[in-house]
Amino acid sequence: MKEAGQGDYHSVRPVGVMKMTQYIIRRLLGAIPLLLVISVIVFVMIQLTPGGPMAAFEENPNMTPEDMARLEEQLGLNQPIHVKYYHWLMKMLQGDWGYSMTTKRPVLTEIADRLPNTLQLMFAAYLVALGVAIPIGIISAIKQYTLFDHIMTTLAFIGQAIPIFWFGLVLIIIFNVWLKNPATGKPLFPGGGMQTYGTTGFHLWDRLYHLILPVTMLSMFLMGSYTRYTRSSMLDVIHLDYIRTARSKGLAERVVILRHALKNAAIPIVTIVALDLPGLFGGALFTETIFSWPGIGRLFFRAAQRVDYPLLMAIVLINATLIILFNLLADVLYAYLDPRIKYS
Amino acid sequence: MSPTSLYFDEELAAETYHRTLWDIYWGQFHRHHLAVASAAIVLLMVLLAVAAPLVTKYEPDKVDFTTRYLAPSAAHIMGTDGLGRDEFTRILFGGRISIAVGLIATTLGLIFGTLIGALGGFYGGWVDNLAMRLTDLMLALPRLFVLIIMTMMLRNANVPWLQSSGGIAAIILVIATLSWMTVARLVRGSFLSLKEKEFIEAARAQGAGNSRIIWKHLLPNAMSPIIVAGTLRVASSIITEAGLSFLGFGVQPPTPSWGNMLQNAQDEMLKGHLWLAIFPGLMIFIIVIAVNYVGDGLRDALDPRKLQ
Repeated sequence: MKEAGQGDYHSVRPVGVMKMTQYIIRRLLGAIPLLLVISVIVFVMIQLTPGGPMAAFEENPNMTPEDMARLEEQLGLNQPIHVKYYHWLMKMLQGDWGYSMTTKRPVLTEIADRLPNTLQLMFAAYLVALGVAIPIGIISAIKQYTLFDHIMTTLAFIGQAIPIFWFGLVLIIIFNVWLKNPATGKPLFPGGGMQTYGTTGFHLWDRLYHLILPVTMLSMFLMGSYTRYTRSSMLDVIHLDYIRTARSKGLAERVVILRHALKNAAIPIVTIVALDLPGLFGGALFTETIFSWPGIGRLFFRAAQRVDYPLLMAIVLINATLIILFNLLADVLYAYLDPRIKYS
Repeated sequence: MSPTSLYFDEELAAETYHRTLWDIYWGQFHRHHLAVASAAIVLLMVLLAVAAPLVTKYEPDKVDFTTRYLAPSAAHIMGTDGLGRDEFTRILFGGRISIAVGLIATTLGLIFGTLIGALGGFYGGWVDNLAMRLTDLMLALPRLFVLIIMTMMLRNANVPWLQSSGGIAAIILVIATLSWMTVARLVRGSFLSLKEKEFIEAARAQGAGNSRIIWKHLLPNAMSPIIVAGTLRVASSIITEAGLSFLGFGVQPPTPSWGNMLQNAQDEMLKGHLWLAIFPGLMIFIIVIAVNYVGDGLRDALDPRKLQ
C-alpha cells in the first residue's frame, strides 16, 4: 500500500555549508504553514464525519433529546467548526493534545504506549529489508542478465506487486495453520500478539519469535523496492571511468565493488530510505491489524472506527511532521553525501 | 536519374513512410514477451469481469444456507462463502468493481494531475508556485491515514450517489484525490523543458495561441511518461481500493470487491475455510503484477532513446 518514494517534494537543493543552514531554516519555517493547512483539512474532514462521541448515546432510550443537547453543550460539540478548531489548535500549541474519546486517557499517553511497539516492527523490517536487498541488488548488478539476476529481479517484481495484507494472511496460513512445530505439535510461528499468552514482561527470544511473521510481511514490499533500487544505482555507477581506473590499478574486485562503487551507489539508496521511513506507518497499519500488534497503526484503525478525533488528529499530524522532516533530511543527506550535487 | 538518388533511396523512404510512430512503439513493445503475455492476462480478466453473467450460472448476492462453506469442487470451482454464495461468481462481479475503481480513479487522477502540471509548467510564475504548493501539500499527507479519514467522511455524507453500490463513487473520488501528484510533477517537468524548444517557437511564429500550443504541441510530446505512470498507477489504485476495503473502509458489502471479500478472511481461514482467504487476494496479485509488467513494457517501448 505504501508508495515507493512518496516524497522528495522540494527540487531545489542547498549549496555550501552557510547556505545549507539557511536552507534548513527556510524549509523548517516553510513547514509550519504546511502543517497548519494539513491540520485544518484533516480537522474539517473529521468534523464532517457523523458518529463521534454522541453516536454512542443515540440508541440509548434513557437519553432524552434534552439530555443529548445538554451533553453536546458540555462537550463543546455544538459550537461552529472554526471555534472548535481554534480551541483544538490553542490547546495543541500548549502541548495539550486532548483526551481519547473512547478510553478517556490523554492522547499523548495513548501514542507513547504504542509507539515503541511500532518502532520495533519498523526497525526490524528495515533491518531485514536492507540486509537482504542490498547484497542481492549488488550481486544482481555485477552479474547482470545472468540466471541469478533474472530470478532476483522477478522475485523483486513479485514482492512489489503482492498486496501486503494478503501476503500477511498467506504467511499465517503457511506458518501457523499448515506448518506445525514437530516437537510440540503447536503452530510453527504465532499468528498474532507480541508475546506468548499468559507471560508478562519482556523476553527477547519470545519477542523475536513473535516478530518473525509480521516483519516478513512488512519488509516484503521494501525488499522488492530496495533490491531493484540497489541494482539500478549500482548499474549506473559500475560502468563509470573511475571504476575502470580502480580496476586498472590492480585493486581486488571486492575492494572495487564495496569501497568504490557502493559508496556512490549508496547515495540514492540512503535518500530513498529516508523518504520511505515515515510512510511505513501506513504499511504497519495492515501488519498490526492482522497480527494484533498493539502499535500506532492499530490505534489509528480503532480510532477511525469510532471517529475519535483527538487521537486521529494527533496521529495524522505527527506522521505529517515526520514526512516533512524526513523529506528535508533526505535532501540534506543527498547534498551532503554527494559533493558533485550543486543545484542553485 | 537525378544525382540526388545517391542520397535518397525511394524504396527505403516508402518503407519508413509506412512505419508510423505506433508501429515503432508496437515493435518495441512486442519484444517484451512478459509484457505482451501480461497484457493478454489483463485483457482476459477484464473480459471475464465484463461478461460475468455469461460465464457463471450463479448470482453474486443470492444467499443459500444449504450451500454454506463448500470447499472448491466442480460445481463451485472456488467454493462458497458463509452465506452460501458462489465464490467464483463473486470474484467475477468483484472484479468489475475492483477494475472499474482502479481505472476510473486513475483516469480522474491523470486528468487532474496533467492539468495542474501543464498549468504550472506552461505559465510559470505564481501559477506554477500555487500548483507546486498544492502538490507539496498533498505529498506531505500521510496517505493511508488520510485515505481512511476521507472515505469515512464521504461514505457518511448525505449524498445519495456517493452511497450507491457500496459507495464506489466515494472510493473513486478519494483515490483520485490522492494520486495525481506524481503525474503533475512529470507533466510540469516535461513542459518546462519542452516549452523552450524550437518547435514551440516555430508554432508561436505561425500564430498558434497558448491553448493550441499546450494541447497540440506540448501535451503530445509529454505523453510517454504520462502513459507509463498512468498504467502503473492503475495497479496501485487497485491495491489501494483492496486495502481500504479489506480494512472495512472501502467498498461496502454486499457489493463485492476483491478487497472486501478478504474482510473476514482471517477469521474464515482460521476456521479452515482457506479458499476464502486465497482466491480474492490471488486475483489482486495477478492483475497487479500483470499491469506492472505492461507498464514496464510500455516504459521500454516508449523510451525515445530506443527509437530507431
